[in-house]
Amino acid sequence: MNTAILIPVLLVLAPLIPAVVSAFLSGHAGWRNGVNIGFAALKLALVTYALAGVAAGAEYEWRIAFVPGLDLVLRLDALALLFVTLSAVLWVATTLYAIAYLKGTPHQARFFAFFNLCVVAASGIAMSGSLITFFVFYEILTLATWPLVVHTGSAKAMAAGRTYLAYTLAGSAALLAGIVWLESGSGPVEFADGADLSGFSTLSASVIFALLIGGLGAKTALIPLHPWLPAAMAAPAPVSALLHAVAVVKAGAFGVVRVIYDVYGIETVAALGLGIPLAALASATIIYGSLQALCQSDIKKRLAYSTVSQVSYIVLGASLAGPFAVIGGLVHLVHQGLMKITLFFGAGVLAERAGITGIAQMDGIGRRMPITMAAFSVAALGMIGVPPVAGFVSKWYLALGGYQSGASWVVGVLIASSLLNAAYFLPMLYRAWLKPSADTLPSRETLASTRTWLLILPGAFTAMAALGAGLFAGFELSPLGWATLIVERIYLP
Amino acid sequence: MNLLFALVALPLLFMLASLVAGRHGPRLIWLSAPLMTGLAVWLAIAVHTAPEGGALGGWPVPLGIMLEADGLAAALMLASAITAAITGLFALGSYGTTRAETTRSYTFWPLFYGLWAAVNAVLVSRDLFNLYVAIELLSICAVALAAFGSRKAAMDYLMIALAGSLAYLLGVVLIFAAVGTLDLSLIAERAPEARTSILIGAALISAGLIAKTALFPLHGWLPPAHGAAPPAVSALLSALVVKASFVILLRVWFEALPGLTEQAIITGFGVLGAAAILYGSALALRQEGLKALIAYSTVAQLGYLFLVFPLAGGGEAITLWAAGAWGAMGFHASAHMLAKAGLFLAAGLMIHASGNGRMDGLTGLARAMPVTTFAFALCAVSLMGLPPSGGFMAKYLMLIASLASGQWPYALVIIAGGLMAAAYLFRPLARMFAGTETPAITPLAHGWLPLAPLALAIAAMALGLLSAAPYELMVSGLPEAGEAGLEEVEP
Repeated sequence: MNTAILIPVLLVLAPLIPAVVSAFLSGHAGWRNGVNIGFAALKLALVTYALAGVAAGAEYEWRIAFVPGLDLVLRLDALALLFVTLSAVLWVATTLYAIAYLKGTPHQARFFAFFNLCVVAASGIAMSGSLITFFVFYEILTLATWPLVVHTGSAKAMAAGRTYLAYTLAGSAALLAGIVWLESGSGPVEFADGADLSGFSTLSASVIFALLIGGLGAKTALIPLHPWLPAAMAAPAPVSALLHAVAVVKAGAFGVVRVIYDVYGIETVAALGLGIPLAALASATIIYGSLQALCQSDIKKRLAYSTVSQVSYIVLGASLAGPFAVIGGLVHLVHQGLMKITLFFGAGVLAERAGITGIAQMDGIGRRMPITMAAFSVAALGMIGVPPVAGFVSKWYLALGGYQSGASWVVGVLIASSLLNAAYFLPMLYRAWLKPSADTLPSRETLASTRTWLLILPGAFTAMAALGAGLFAGFELSPLGWATLIVERIYLP
Repeated sequence: MNLLFALVALPLLFMLASLVAGRHGPRLIWLSAPLMTGLAVWLAIAVHTAPEGGALGGWPVPLGIMLEADGLAAALMLASAITAAITGLFALGSYGTTRAETTRSYTFWPLFYGLWAAVNAVLVSRDLFNLYVAIELLSICAVALAAFGSRKAAMDYLMIALAGSLAYLLGVVLIFAAVGTLDLSLIAERAPEARTSILIGAALISAGLIAKTALFPLHGWLPPAHGAAPPAVSALLSALVVKASFVILLRVWFEALPGLTEQAIITGFGVLGAAAILYGSALALRQEGLKALIAYSTVAQLGYLFLVFPLAGGGEAITLWAAGAWGAMGFHASAHMLAKAGLFLAAGLMIHASGNGRMDGLTGLARAMPVTTFAFALCAVSLMGLPPSGGFMAKYLMLIASLASGQWPYALVIIAGGLMAAAYLFRPLARMFAGTETPAITPLAHGWLPLAPLALAIAAMALGLLSAAPYELMVSGLPEAGEAGLEEVEP
């Protein structure tokens, strides 16, 4: 038997085992941390092996039947691997960061159990080979995230949890309705084959598409389904980092890509005339999110609205459906993850070590916490689209894609968004580096004595990665190289 | 054949033994739980290959008594064996040997085994009179157990159960007078001769069984009785008792009278089921007591079972599993058994620990009782119909069946019901996670008690994840009407 088909299963099990172990090691922080880091490293090794295999043209698939004809399929193709790699790399960074961030706080066992369960779900979503598999993992993600959002138990966290559930569960209901409607007519849908839409009228097919995208849009935070995301800021910083960079919003965006390319197919989406409305919605979200971000005075809130805006780049790229646009959207899945996680790591460090949560308090913090703020600045510049940070590559390809698809207004959207990004990120950098330090900041000595490298280095690492992804974008195994590979396989079968 | 006999007779033997054994009676569960579960597993494996059945004592019908297990019976038998076994072990905490002997610790066990025997008898009987005997034994045990909680609720329950029995018996008499037999398959053969009187009889039978199943609008007795009883009893009542009368209803319409059913009757069951889902969920949303909430949830969840009438094969089989409504009903019944029993057991532990049965008494319990909370959450996930759980597979198959057959209003009700279930079940869950303090709790009788609801919750999850084998079992040997739809079968 070919053991390689077990790779998808192992990739799901790698985070599942520490999830279960963490739940039972409530009093043994050392052991728990060891297990978590060990399995995160193991997963990285597996991903590396799979990368080599898939680059050479292999596809790994594993399946088990739910009912006859309806299978749970885990399938590792190039697109799946893009998301799996992102989640594996950021899982390591976030685990290290969370260990340092939560040190000495209660209920860490519960935290790490659900945290790892989120990674299980994200891996499962990435490797789903059929709609039903996707939905199963998508819902596991919905449920596993809730205990993390309400982790602190404060009234604010509970309210955030309620808002989160209201939006995501309503989204799930719409998604399920769409899936069932589709499958009741076409039979079980597998991504490798796409759906057979011959039994549906144009109107039904469009309504189903709207249900699917609407359901996924709740997690992607497309307007008007975005309010849960800024509210979820009540969660601890590692959770925000995970939510924004890897798990929840990305799961939605990834689902949108799957629906457009592997369920409906680009030609069908174009024939039904569904791509441009979706691109318009994504553009509206991009501008609206940026405008809202500009109005926030709280760091995490501003970052949250920035996510609302940035994740829609992925949807925009997918819905424009030209090769360059798709490359831009897919590569942004990775780039936005790297940059946004850096920003949230930084925001968490600021809050934890210097008590800074508002933008007005950031005066002069750059000189007191140079590594954290340098990383933060790299990521912020990347979000604006300053070369050579990764964000520039995404925007370049999206703009090219806009031209290529005959939707040159996209370039206008991108320019407007970049200006807005600059308008809300640059003042933060200006305050941090150029303003004199406020008296309320902790002194250098205090900061030096409380320095925890585990809290600082993950952010520095992800910032380097974001920089590297931009600098070395021309290499085959860079995110851009990989996205190009995926798109070549879509367009040149 | 002997296996079926053993599954009915052994609980009766345990009932007698527990009466004789006196204060050692509770210990019998350590023997009966694994034994009965093992036999049920054996039956499921046997039925998977061929339906199990035969005449008792070798006397053929109409002289002898037929026992028969199709796939649905075997699957429900296994689910109820797991539920009853775990609930029985859990009951050791309240009615075990470590406490001083009380009237209740003495009376609980015979009633428990009587109830178990009756459920098994219902599942394998193929004869209206046998079914009557079984459902009567079940009602008597259930009412007596319900009296552990509230005498008044138990009296109401008794009245309804008796009225239901009378209606049932009257219907049986009418049918017997018309066709001269009580065996289901013989009735099916002879039914067209006396269509009118049989339909009247069937209507009476249905009315009686609907009252016992607590289908909307005859559900009023259920929430007080199930909500007030001790946790182990509530679990048995909600998980097993109401399912048994529903199974008889299935047998009557799908096996004895396929082809006699009018569209109006099918729609009637479907509409009542849909109303139960919406009404029960709406009331569950408004409850402040934890157990009352779970009891109203039972009213809502029972509604889904009745959707099998309009959904079973109601349309042209476009997809491979469009006729999956039968399987969906089996999944829903099994998943609800496991999850609802788990929910009641977990709630019982929480109420004991916090000393407060209201919603605000749950504050912070996730920190004080993590295992119990986790079990509660998993059971809740299955009831909401979210993956990965047996409840999800049931809802998915039901949705497919309703859309494939063009009956989309039912799909809307099913989706709305899932959202409402999420709304009412996340209320207690949110209370458990709220706050920052860890509340002080009354210690439990045994440290391992939370494992009972956890085991049930894991079983409900496993039903969804490893659903292929249970599905094949449930649809194996299903009545023809279950596949083709009630109307399309010509007798």
